[in-house]
Amino acid sequence: MNAISTVFLKQIKETLKNKAILIQFVMFPVLAVIMENSIKIDGMPEHFFAKLFAVMFIGMAPLTCMSSVISEEKEKNTLRVLMMSNVKPVQYLLGIGSYIWIMCMAGAAVFAVLCEYKDADLAGFLLVMAVGIILSILVGAVIGIISKNQMSATSVTVPVMMIFSFLPMLSMFNETIGKIAKITYSQQINILVSSNFEDVTDSIVVLAVNFILAVILFFAAYHKNGME
Amino acid sequence: MNNSINAQNISKTFGERKVLDDISFEISKGEIFGLLGPSGAGKTTLIKILTGQLKPESGCSFINEINSGELKGKDYCGFGIMMDNFGLYERLNCFENLKVFARLYGIKNESIHQALKEVGLSNAEKTAVSKLSKGMTNRLRLARAIMTDPDIIFLDEPTSGLDPATSVEIQNLIVDMKNEGKTIFLTTHNMAEAEKLCDHIAMLNEGKIVEYGAPQEICRRYHHQKKLLIHLTDGSDMEIAHNTASGDTVCDLLKNGKIETIHSTEPNLETVFMELTGKELAV
Repeated sequence: MNAISTVFLKQIKETLKNKAILIQFVMFPVLAVIMENSIKIDGMPEHFFAKLFAVMFIGMAPLTCMSSVISEEKEKNTLRVLMMSNVKPVQYLLGIGSYIWIMCMAGAAVFAVLCEYKDADLAGFLLVMAVGIILSILVGAVIGIISKNQMSATSVTVPVMMIFSFLPMLSMFNETIGKIAKITYSQQINILVSSNFEDVTDSIVVLAVNFILAVILFFAAYHKNGME
Repeated sequence: MNNSINAQNISKTFGERKVLDDISFEISKGEIFGLLGPSGAGKTTLIKILTGQLKPESGCSFINEINSGELKGKDYCGFGIMMDNFGLYERLNCFENLKVFARLYGIKNESIHQALKEVGLSNAEKTAVSKLSKGMTNRLRLARAIMTDPDIIFLDEPTSGLDPATSVEIQNLIVDMKNEGKTIFLTTHNMAEAEKLCDHIAMLNEGKIVEYGAPQEICRRYHHQKKLLIHLTDGSDMEIAHNTASGDTVCDLLKNGKIETIHSTEPNLETVFMELTGKELAV
């Protein structure tokens, strides 16, 4: 527990001085606040921007932050020093992952307020966001683990992040993309949020399959590359 | 066992290149051991193997009687490692950097302040690592290595790239640590530093130890010329054989007040290394 909390606290201090990471946590919530309050178009679904940005936030912030933090630590050899200082890989990942999860959940709370969710809808929204953030953290961890440095992490993170964050938006304009996008967790979260959690069965199945795949991918990457 | 570090027949190959070839040595408690060799000789690889960061192809090593390959996180508390490639959190300040590791080892803040004081960084506690000079960064790495008050300290080229004044400061720190009874494993390609600091040295060339012993003992071993170099008061130099037959000559010169200085001509470590390998050390 000491190692996890140490990594967690280290990451808080680091992030407060790391604008590139910090901006990931605040960009979409701030954009959503601005758009929700400044753009009102007749016929536009209720809280359109808040819901859209919430899904994009899930596909972008946790994934980018996780891969960026791990790859930076690998590149600068701080991860090796941590591993040689009584920190186990799982403790490191839990420390960083829990920090990113909490920060992203704070962003999710902003979206929840903007969408004016209450009671069961609020709980459903936060639950869906929590699951989506965990999935993105897992994908980000995979990218961080397979990358040797920040440059190579970015080259993988950008296309993956584009797929998960932009497919839900693009699927609104193209039926084929919409069909393909349905296999991704971010699109399922988009469907759940847009439909106010009406038909959850299919989405739960896809989310579960995505989760299992992410876990398998994570262990495969870890088994092949280790943390260093 | 009186040895802090024990390496037995260590070999390591990267691709087709044999970086270490059957390396064996023992380092006693409380001594400064220097591993000398040019860049690429395998010094850092050997430190990585000794500290369990790399696995050797064959052979084994022990630190405080623990097999390096079986070192666990808590074992690392018993020794400090200062390597150039050991990162620091650049956005955090010096104190915050050490605090991360102090929390992991359960060390109090006083020990952080003490370590920073010992390396002369007390005034830079609140300075971000990104704003430190190379010398200060090296000293911070050293502070991290000694913060746990370890018995064994590995220092990989601790004065590399530093100005002479900072180098001397770090060398003095190393001597202080030895005086406290700590065992120090030092890699360097600076022979003057090795001669000044080390109790024993090993010369590493192309993965093999080509010479081992106390620096002065090694120099004496390669003292083939057996000559004395005499600077005379008239400014001229004179070389005479270093044997009993030269006694009268030296006496005469002394009686007549013609001798300014007398020097023996045993080689330094650089010359010995060149004789053994045909290479210069400082490359």
